[in-house]
Amino acid sequence: MSRRRVVITGLGPVSAHGLGIEPLWQALCEGRSALAPIRTFDARGFRAASGGELPDAFDVKDLVPKSYRKATKVMARDIEIAVGGALHAVTDAGLKTRGTDPDNPPTIAPDRFGCHIGAGLIAADLDELTAALATSRDANGKFDPAHWGQQGMQELTPLWLLKYLPNMLACHVTIIHDCQGPSNTITCNEASSGLSLAESQRVIERGAADACLSGGADSKINPMAYLRQELAGRLALCTVDEDATKKVKPFDPSSPGALVGEGGGILVLEAEETAKARGARIHAALSGTGASQSWCDDTVGLVPDASGESLADAIEAALRDAGVKPAEVDAIVPYGCGVPAIDSLEANALARVFGDALSAKPIVTLSPSIGATVAGFGTIAVSVAVKCLTEQRLPARLNSASTGRLAAAAAPSEARALRHILVCTPSLGGQNSAVVVSRFA
Amino acid sequence: MTTKSNNRRVVVTGMGWVTPLGHDIDLVWKRLLNSESGMGWTTRFDARTFPTNFSAEVRDYSIDRFVKDARVHATAGLNSQFALGAACQAWKQAGLDGHAALNKKRVGLYLGAGEGVLDFDQYAAANLAGWNAEQRKVDGVPWADTAHKVLEKMCEVEQEPNMPLAHLAREFGIRGPALNCLTACAASTQAIGEAFSLIQRGDADVMISGGTHTMIHVLGVTGFNRLTALSTSKADPTKASRPFDATRDGFVMGEGSGMIVLESLEHALARGAKPLAEVGGYGSSADAFRITDIHPEGRGGAASMHVALAQAGIDPLARRADGRAAIDYISAHGTGTKENDSIETRGVKRVFGDNAKDIPMSSIKSMMGHLIAAAGAVEFITCVLAIRDGMLPPTINYGTPDPALDLDYVPNKARASKVDICLSNSFGFGGQNDTLVVKRFA
Repeated sequence: MSRRRVVITGLGPVSAHGLGIEPLWQALCEGRSALAPIRTFDARGFRAASGGELPDAFDVKDLVPKSYRKATKVMARDIEIAVGGALHAVTDAGLKTRGTDPDNPPTIAPDRFGCHIGAGLIAADLDELTAALATSRDANGKFDPAHWGQQGMQELTPLWLLKYLPNMLACHVTIIHDCQGPSNTITCNEASSGLSLAESQRVIERGAADACLSGGADSKINPMAYLRQELAGRLALCTVDEDATKKVKPFDPSSPGALVGEGGGILVLEAEETAKARGARIHAALSGTGASQSWCDDTVGLVPDASGESLADAIEAALRDAGVKPAEVDAIVPYGCGVPAIDSLEANALARVFGDALSAKPIVTLSPSIGATVAGFGTIAVSVAVKCLTEQRLPARLNSASTGRLAAAAAPSEARALRHILVCTPSLGGQNSAVVVSRFA
Repeated sequence: MTTKSNNRRVVVTGMGWVTPLGHDIDLVWKRLLNSESGMGWTTRFDARTFPTNFSAEVRDYSIDRFVKDARVHATAGLNSQFALGAACQAWKQAGLDGHAALNKKRVGLYLGAGEGVLDFDQYAAANLAGWNAEQRKVDGVPWADTAHKVLEKMCEVEQEPNMPLAHLAREFGIRGPALNCLTACAASTQAIGEAFSLIQRGDADVMISGGTHTMIHVLGVTGFNRLTALSTSKADPTKASRPFDATRDGFVMGEGSGMIVLESLEHALARGAKPLAEVGGYGSSADAFRITDIHPEGRGGAASMHVALAQAGIDPLARRADGRAAIDYISAHGTGTKENDSIETRGVKRVFGDNAKDIPMSSIKSMMGHLIAAAGAVEFITCVLAIRDGMLPPTINYGTPDPALDLDYVPNKARASKVDICLSNSFGFGGQNDTLVVKRFA
């Protein structure tokens, strides 16, 4: 029995360039960067004062059905990204759901509609939490647990915890669109989105669902989450007066590090047969996925497996799964965050898989334009790969000069014949994910 | 293009747990069958004035007894520590310790591990240092200034929910697919189900799966107290968790880890490993109903049970040749909240019809508390042990029947019973439902 093929019918990426693929694609092709001083909080006390925040125009309240507006009060930023991305993707796919068209029967039966979303470790909103903590201070100004237990905690809204459980991204998305099929939340840092897409692929393949809302979302634009990125060695030194748009240089050893960006979003994945049966416009095929775990000398994988062997294993597994030979891969979208040690391990992995042919494979780099998007990365990268395939075009590359074996140096956008594109990433923690996206014909 | 086989049989070859009742499979099992409670006053933080000041804590535990070299896990948070102890037991029982022929690239991990524990005192200190009372917000610069001084790098890194994966990968040299899912109270049931699916698909031959979690910390208890999900029966912690009883008033937080080794049957037999049980089926669904409430008819739970049973080839409404109901035991989600227990009962009746009253269903949360993300894994292990020994663990503290809850909850005392097929349910906040079918290996 041949397995069910999985196709991509809806795109809903969310990035510092806004909601949807169009503003992102346009900015990438024009070589514009959205990295700028952080507005949400005063980030001058951190190594990097700049990052890739969503534009102010992104407001989830404008996106959700009217009946759901009240629920936006219990959405952390990460949840907003997933919810906004899902609404966009569903519309792009031409799907009627409870959220987009409550008066008509849904295109996908609810029990055949799944949802898999990658999420980060969501940090609590500090203003809200600290307003409550501040009511429980002892004479020295220190937190007083006795007062907190008795009284202070009442300052928090009863639903407070539900803003920060990682599975609340999928919770809101499944409620809005009435997805009652298999649902999951993957939390593997940078690999989260790619592993979620892979899980949707498996679920559709084994017939447990016909379509899935799949992707990931992450916002590190919160002082605590931001500090964790800094402590993990992810942030470039970048003062508020420096030009952040020129800072990140993926695969260039002179890169000072990464800047983080909010984002992610949702894609609609469908079984090819059911997508065709409903006459859907098919953007591309999700033809293969692979995963692996790195050996980490430091255990936690701040920089996992410098040799790149394990990431190469994941890439090779994805190529095998897709039935695609390395020679048929025409472009690569790696994480390429601009932290030299992580870039170098990615370069090593790619060299293992592609050998001498690597220097001829164009590398699409996203981080100078939107920052390192952590758990949201794979969703944005796959969206961009899909757009590359449908437009038969590569976006511009920014900032990098000397990139060794990798064709990752600054270059303008160009037309290009593209069949298969590889998206891959390692992660803090050592999980690797690879996804092959193929032109649909 | 190669065609993947989706029907490889998957068996359990190793199990381990670290729980409030102990850190050894048989010892804890004995205590469960003796109706013992692992509850006590909370000691992990000063909870004296909290609405819920009791919990089921893991006691007298250290990874030193389990791991090869504790130094490589020196910064591990509690979640990873619990996971290491449980996984080392499972790995050893599976006979994988020192199994030289094992291809580590065909060994994977799929965990349902929770987030780590905040360095709360330091975190609170930074927040208060940054607090601007006039503007009612935290100022970034003073916050960062204090945070840089008081928060430690590794303590922060170790809070990422994928860190138990990293520690287990390091301990066992695992190089295959590795994933963590975090779907609240359903996480480790889901992890086992997905690990099973990965082996079926041929993506790995062996997987360590299970969960690990503790939320016995200031903000964990705060969060659940604000949701009014926790029992506040302070008179006697050992009597506080009362699943299916009419006087139940919420769950009691537990902590710990359950881990199993799953393996394709062919791989297990080829190396002479002894299957302890077989995974028969897995179902996952979303309520897609409300943020806080479960669907009143138990729609989502019924859906996940139906899918798992169908995959196992079991008709829930039929009876077996010897007259027994379709299955022998249900390890309930059974949290002890008003809503969960009544809706779970309704969901089971919806699925099993007239068979439901003949299928014993108990909640070990009455004894070891609710291990949140790890709950499903320890309950799965309980099913395997029930099959092994023909014993059903009880639901303790069952005193006042609830007229609406009329199933056989195995009240208060363990019971001998012929057990060949079990079902294990986990339902998470946010409407996540997962079900596993566990069968005697034959």
